[in-house]
This record gives sequence, structure tokens and C-alpha cells, in this order.
Amino acid sequence: MKKESVPLRIYRFYLEGFKEMTLGKTLWTIILIKLFIMFFVLKLFFFPNFLGKFESKHEKQDYVSNELIHRAITP
Amino acid sequence: MIENIDTSLIDWSRAQFALTAIYHWIFVPLTLGLGIVQAVMETIYYKTGNEFWKKTAQFWMKIFGINFAIGVATGLILEFEFGANWSNYSWFVGDIFGAPLAIEGIVAFFMEATFIAVMFFGWNKVSKGFHLASTWLTIVGATLSALWILIANAWMQFPAGMQFNPDVVRNEMFDFWAVALSPVAINKFFHTVLSGWLVGGMFVIGIACWYLLKKKETKFALASIKIGAAFGLIASLLLLWTGDGSAYQVTQKQPMKLAAMEGLYEGGNGIGVVGIGMLNPSKKSYNDGVDPFLFKLEIPKLLSFLGERDCNAYIPGITNLIEGGYQTNQGTIALSAKEKIAKGQLAIKALADYRQAKKNKDEANAKIHRATLDENFAYFGYGYIKNPEDLIPPVGLTFYSFRIMVILGGFFILLFLIATWLSYKNKFEGKRWLQWVCLWSIPLAYIAGQAGWIVAEVGRQPWAIQDILPVSAAISKLNASSVQLTFFIFLALFTILLIAEIGIMVKAIKKGPQVSEQ
Repeated sequence: MKKESVPLRIYRFYLEGFKEMTLGKTLWTIILIKLFIMFFVLKLFFFPNFLGKFESKHEKQDYVSNELIHRAITP
Repeated sequence: MIENIDTSLIDWSRAQFALTAIYHWIFVPLTLGLGIVQAVMETIYYKTGNEFWKKTAQFWMKIFGINFAIGVATGLILEFEFGANWSNYSWFVGDIFGAPLAIEGIVAFFMEATFIAVMFFGWNKVSKGFHLASTWLTIVGATLSALWILIANAWMQFPAGMQFNPDVVRNEMFDFWAVALSPVAINKFFHTVLSGWLVGGMFVIGIACWYLLKKKETKFALASIKIGAAFGLIASLLLLWTGDGSAYQVTQKQPMKLAAMEGLYEGGNGIGVVGIGMLNPSKKSYNDGVDPFLFKLEIPKLLSFLGERDCNAYIPGITNLIEGGYQTNQGTIALSAKEKIAKGQLAIKALADYRQAKKNKDEANAKIHRATLDENFAYFGYGYIKNPEDLIPPVGLTFYSFRIMVILGGFFILLFLIATWLSYKNKFEGKRWLQWVCLWSIPLAYIAGQAGWIVAEVGRQPWAIQDILPVSAAISKLNASSVQLTFFIFLALFTILLIAEIGIMVKAIKKGPQVSEQ
């Protein structure tokens, strides 16, 4: 009998593993809902990269240097 | 020009970060600790071939899986917060923070994710040896994840192996090993991971005691207690050792944190450790002359010994650190806060002048300003400090959190010692009082770990990076109300996750391992 290729065996290993899960299905549902909230709600709408609004590295470093210089307490 | 950053923005951003980190740290220690316990149990199964140990390991693996699944990726929210709320910090730290986090993401996480699948799906599908190796590699991967995160955190406590580049306004790593193997990083890694082991040991014997109290799964419970108690005892004794190392490092690198941990305002030679004490709420300022304690019981000379390995060594208090003028352990005279602030202001001005000179293509002046910046960069963060009193962390929270951690640490050594002794003498089953104590000590193990983090993080305020960048300069210019909103979203999200975890775990525990009593 011809032996299955390694990628196919790995695929089957995962497929059967997921199929045989009992408690795991509830956990996977929680994980997927959590990841959805994290990446498609929180990250997109509440936690955009603050410096992402600048197009180049040069603009970012200028902005941060201005912030660091202007926030200092002058004597 | 002085730009005022709303203090409520700083407070809410810090509260949000603390909330996220605290919730994340509910899941992580159990992963680190329980992972080892289940691997030890599977190793016994591998060696003996006894199906009892297979079922025992599988039960704890199920609990591990629930905790892992609910907790996975909660740490990523901290990275969201770095990019959104702490953008100046994120830019300023550059690749120093990026490198350990990238290694964590690429190596450790994928290693963990690969082998965890074999651990859960591979029973009866791969060889016993390969399965056992996967179980161990899962926990090795989880521990390596913690390693890189803790290295990044340790760098914030003790910046090493980097140089500030004013052209790009970033710190650049020139010595990876100085970052990865700094004494603070090594100590922090072992101390933190061991605290996870303690949680794992306590969790196992606490849950096993619940079975004993319910008079079910007795054989499984007693076997689990033997391993959990011995593991917890080893962890708690090693924690004593790494705790001593932490105290030594704090004395050397963060003396203000040490002074806050001890409520020490006036330093001196041969300083003792406050065993038990109550801070005086009437003390409002470091130099108001009010006694900082309502009462205290002190162990003479111990702080000098722990901090400097010399019973008569000098330990500076908060007042000394603010006023300076004492001889440091390097033999130099300590600068006052005002002198450090002046140097910090000089460094920031030199940064501004350097960048302006570069813009004007004035290389000669740029060189002069660069030299001034390099000379004073060690005090860069002090340039954002308005009042020397702002350099004092919240003393009450740091002082009491430290005592909670240490007292609980002592309690756990005693508890694990008794539990180990009785379990190996086969006398544990009849000690119902001890079973109740073990069950109710599970939350105490979590509290000890959280208290340790509060000491580490609150005790180093106002710094985001020790001496180099305070939180007031690290923070993004956002609306405080938007941070408030996300704080409550996180509170709701994490609370739901925690309820889900506890609910699913309780259900699995009630169902039990269903191990034969024969």
C-alpha cells in the first residue's frame, strides 16, 4: 500500500484531531470570537497605530522628536 | 514651550495597561506551572506504562488546554496599546523592544503552537516518546515566550546594550547579549517563571484537595498532590533565592523603588527590613518631618545585607535620593534630583540643537551638541520632571504589595513543606483542615504573583524606561475619554473571558478525570 505524503498526513492529523474534539469546540468558538473582537473591532476602531498617520519614517521621527523636545520642562 | 499632557490621560492609559497586564497574568502563570506538572506526570507514564498516569496527565492537560485557549493572544492587546497609547515610547525604544518580541513571535510562539497540537491530538497517533517530547516542547515554547517578554520588560527597568541615535530619535541595540543577559533580565526571568510554577503547584494540590473533600477520585488526588506539593516546594524555595537576587538588583539599579518598597525616607548604614508595619497616612511629603510609620517591627541590618551584602552598608532613603550628596557604592557623590533634572534638560536641549544644526547642515555645531547629548543622556528622562517629588513612586501601594508578596511567599514554603511531608508519609488524606487550606490558597498564589508585578511596575514610576523616559513623555496625545472607553471595553471583555474560563474549568473539574480507583 502506498504511503501518504507528509503534508497529507499532517493535514489528516489536524483534521481528525479537530473532528474528535469535544470540549475543544467550545474553546475554539471562544478563541475565534475573541480574535474577531481583538483584530476586527479593537485593533481597527480603537487601537490604530498612532504613528501610522504619517507616511514616511522621516515624518514619524520628526513628530516624535518634536513631541520629546516640546514636552520637556524648560528651566 | 511646554506642552501639558493631561494627567488623567496618563492615569487612564496606565490603568488600561495595568488592567490588560493583570488579566493576561491570570492565564500565563498557570500555563507555565501546570505545563511542567502535566509533563512530569506524562514522563512517569512513559517510564512505567501505567495507564493511571496517562489519565492523570490527560486530565491536567485538559485544564491546561482550557486555560491556554482562553488566555491565548490576550498579551497581544498589550502590543496594540504600545502602538496606540504609547507611540512615543514605541518609537523611542526601536529595535530593542522589537527584537525580543519578534523572536518571541517567530520562534517561541510557533514552537508552542506546533507541539501543542501534537500534545492534544497525538495520543495514540504518534509514538509515546514523540508525544512526551511534544508535551515538554510545548512548555519549553511557552517558557521561551515568557523569556523574551521578560527580557523586554527588564530592559525598561535597566536599559543596557543600547545607544541613542538622535538622527532617528531611537535607541539602537549594539549588544544583543547585554540586553538578553543583563542581570536584571536573568533574575526577572527566573523569578517570574518560578512564580508561575508556584501557581501551577498550588492549583494542582488545591483542586486535588477539592476531590478529597468530596471523597472522590482519591487515588488521582493523592498522586497529584504528591507531585504538585513537591513541585511547589521546589518552586517556592527557588523563589526565595531569586527574590534575594531581585532585591539585590533593585538596590543596585533602582534605589528609589527599594526605598518605596521599604517606606525608607531617611537612609543610613546598617538599615533593617520592616517585617510588619503600618505607614502613616499623615506623611504628605518626603521632607515634612512626619514619621513615615505608625508602627513597625524591623529586622536590624537586613536591608543593608540583602542590598549590598554587607550588614553595615549604606542604603539611601527617599530623602537622600532626592537631595543627593551621599557616597554611592561606586565611590562617587550622588547627584540631587535637581541636578539630574538640570542634566536632563540639557540633554533634551542638546537633542533639539543637534537636530536643528543637522537641518542647517552645520556639522561642527551638530558635533558639539551630540557630545553634550551623549554626556547627559543617562539623565534624559529627568528633563520631563517638573518637581523632584514626582520622582517618588506611590509608596503605600509598593510597600504593602511587597509585604503581601513576601508574606505569601513564606506561607507557601510552609504550606508546600507540610503538604509534601504528609503526602509522602501517606497522611494527607485524613487532614481535612489542610485540604481546605490548600483549596482556598489557590487565589493566594495568584495574588502573590500580581503583588510582585505591582511592586515591579508601580515601584518604578514615573518611568516608562528607567531614568530615560517618564510615562508623561512616552504617552501618545490622545483624548482621555477614548482611553476611558477602551478601558471599560477591556474590563467587560476580560471579565467575560474570565467567567468563561472559570465556568468551563469548573465543569471539567466536576466531571473529573474518571480515573479507576483500583
